[in-house]
Amino acid sequence: MKSTVRLYTSFAFGSLRIITSGNRYYWGWMLVLLTFIGFGAAAYISQLQDGLITTSMRDQVSWGFYIGNFTFLVGVAEAAVTLVIPAYFYNWRPIKEIVAYGILLAVAAIICCTLFVMVDIGRPERFWHLLPGFGGRLNLPSSLLAWDVIALNGYVLLNFGIVTYLLFTMFRKAEPNNRLFMFMVWFSIPAAIAIHMVTAFLYSGLIARPYWNTAILAPRFIASAFCAGPAILLVALQLLRRFTSFHIRREAIWKIAELMAYFMGINLFLLSAEIFQEYYGGKDHVVHLHYMFSGVDGHTAIVPWMWTAVICSVLAFGMFLSRRLRENPYTLNIGCALIFLGVYLEKSMGMVIPGMTPDPLGEIFEYVPSWNEIIISIGILAIGAMLFTLMVKIANQILHGQFNVDQKPMV
Amino acid sequence: MSHATTSRRDFLCVVAGCTAAAVSGSCGDLTHTDFFRKRFREMGKEELAQLLVELDAHNKKRFGKDVHVGAEDAMPDVEFGYALDINLCTGCRRCVHGCVDENNQDRDMEIQWIRVLEMEKEHGVNFHHADPYYDHETVPHEGKFYLPVACQQCRDAPCVKSCPVEATWQEDDGIVVVDYDWCIGCRCCMASCPYGARRFNWKEPEIPADEVNTDMHYLGNRPRPNGVVEKCTFCIQRARKGQYPKCVEVCPVGARKFGNLLDPNGELRYVLENKQVFILKSELSTRPRFYYYYG
Repeated sequence: MKSTVRLYTSFAFGSLRIITSGNRYYWGWMLVLLTFIGFGAAAYISQLQDGLITTSMRDQVSWGFYIGNFTFLVGVAEAAVTLVIPAYFYNWRPIKEIVAYGILLAVAAIICCTLFVMVDIGRPERFWHLLPGFGGRLNLPSSLLAWDVIALNGYVLLNFGIVTYLLFTMFRKAEPNNRLFMFMVWFSIPAAIAIHMVTAFLYSGLIARPYWNTAILAPRFIASAFCAGPAILLVALQLLRRFTSFHIRREAIWKIAELMAYFMGINLFLLSAEIFQEYYGGKDHVVHLHYMFSGVDGHTAIVPWMWTAVICSVLAFGMFLSRRLRENPYTLNIGCALIFLGVYLEKSMGMVIPGMTPDPLGEIFEYVPSWNEIIISIGILAIGAMLFTLMVKIANQILHGQFNVDQKPMV
Repeated sequence: MSHATTSRRDFLCVVAGCTAAAVSGSCGDLTHTDFFRKRFREMGKEELAQLLVELDAHNKKRFGKDVHVGAEDAMPDVEFGYALDINLCTGCRRCVHGCVDENNQDRDMEIQWIRVLEMEKEHGVNFHHADPYYDHETVPHEGKFYLPVACQQCRDAPCVKSCPVEATWQEDDGIVVVDYDWCIGCRCCMASCPYGARRFNWKEPEIPADEVNTDMHYLGNRPRPNGVVEKCTFCIQRARKGQYPKCVEVCPVGARKFGNLLDPNGELRYVLENKQVFILKSELSTRPRFYYYYG
């Protein structure tokens, strides 16, 4: 008993020591993030005081930048699967070494998702209405948002459980191979697909919004998630390699890049299927795609962004098809940036705004996020980046045997 | 002190972890504020009666006059329905303004539950050729007709389905209502409504004290807080006392009909049986209780 307590305290204090020490790059990065978080918090206080009028959303476009970011980040969280499958099902060593980072990214992304929903709702202090057992009530089985609350919270707990167990076992210098752990790892795969399916159903179930009301939405979400999530991860891992003692094999990076190329291909294929269906049939609701790609009645606010998204995605796909280009570190990173930008624009603004414009009675209200909205969103992303950095910093030392039960962390 | 300021203060107190201070009195009696208020449908009779008394006192302080918030139940054997004659409607928008006055909508952002769409006769009912902002010297304008749209009180209401916390539901008389003290403001219902009938309070609503309608219903026209959704309730505060909704009463051409769908001799049944009736977006199977007809 005593030794268990000592084990936990040395884990906790050691972790605390790791995150409170670092070189000037580390503190500089933290300072930048804290500044963004500070501005975000100030902007959120003004939103709490004045109401959501501080955003650009109105009755015609009642979801905007927040929900767009939420949708994108659900995809990022899901992408941990692209590492879990090769690591644990094919037992492929180069990926198994880095799988923990993918899971940590998922945890940070889901926490951002929760925050984006919290800042979007009009009465955040009533969040307890969503908690059965605390007097709340979830409208199951019919409300997709209720399902999403369950799926996202379940997913973050599951992944947090997996990665803490993994790290703590390594900290104890034991092998993480018990059956509960493998069950959790196994279960995290359908759970990852589930979070993104439920999020897609949240949109595609809405008969009022023909742009979303399509069966192809969930597959599109999943395909684009498998491009954008790894793109962030690849860049993060390379930065880690640059600034820490972290080691990643080239084969791991190449394999991830190869998977991204396949998924971008599928993503573009699904997008083109959607575009054909809408334009060739020429039904009334092609107006949403018109709004997206050419503007309607002179309303063209999002058109340049949408074309940027398409061009980025197509270019990146072309680059990643070439083995030489995706295995060269420079072109690889350019490709990752293009994929990130392409999917981010397509899935945040490009998903939500055309779905809501024109509104169900045909009115075109041109939505462009307000500065307050943007600053709050940057603050949330900074919280996510900070969480990810802190978790990675601890994990890094454990995974490299620099911090364990017999050894205080290197600082 | 307004409704929402109180709750925001409570919220900040809770967040700051000063719940203890709140209980001892500095934040007032928390159990009676918005924050801990139960869902309307789970409240006991006595609890509700006490709450209504408190709301009356609160509103009297706010508006400086006697206000009554009722909570009349649905009447037995009543299912409300509505019919609107689009041949008669002239697009004068008296219904819109009558509704704003009757239902205490926010004057500042001009929340309006009824949207009158001007459409072109040559296109028929087509939302892609609709203009809600028409502004002519006189109406009706040549070549145009008018289609007022408010909540269609659907039998299979997508909004009710989508609400994650059951803050909106269908009453026994068919009226779809919102519990303003339970709504979390996620706006799923707005995204799911095919008729654009729901309105959100993007800020603290403002109702001038001299214009406030003091005859209120808990699920209808009582003042709403910031950050929640509202919509047409067929004037629940009037309908359940056997009166016509305000829009029916103020329509100068008699284009609006309201009544009990279950009454075989009622006006509504006459319209349904004798006129050319249509409903909006019938392909979505929402089964509205709001009918349009060519009189």
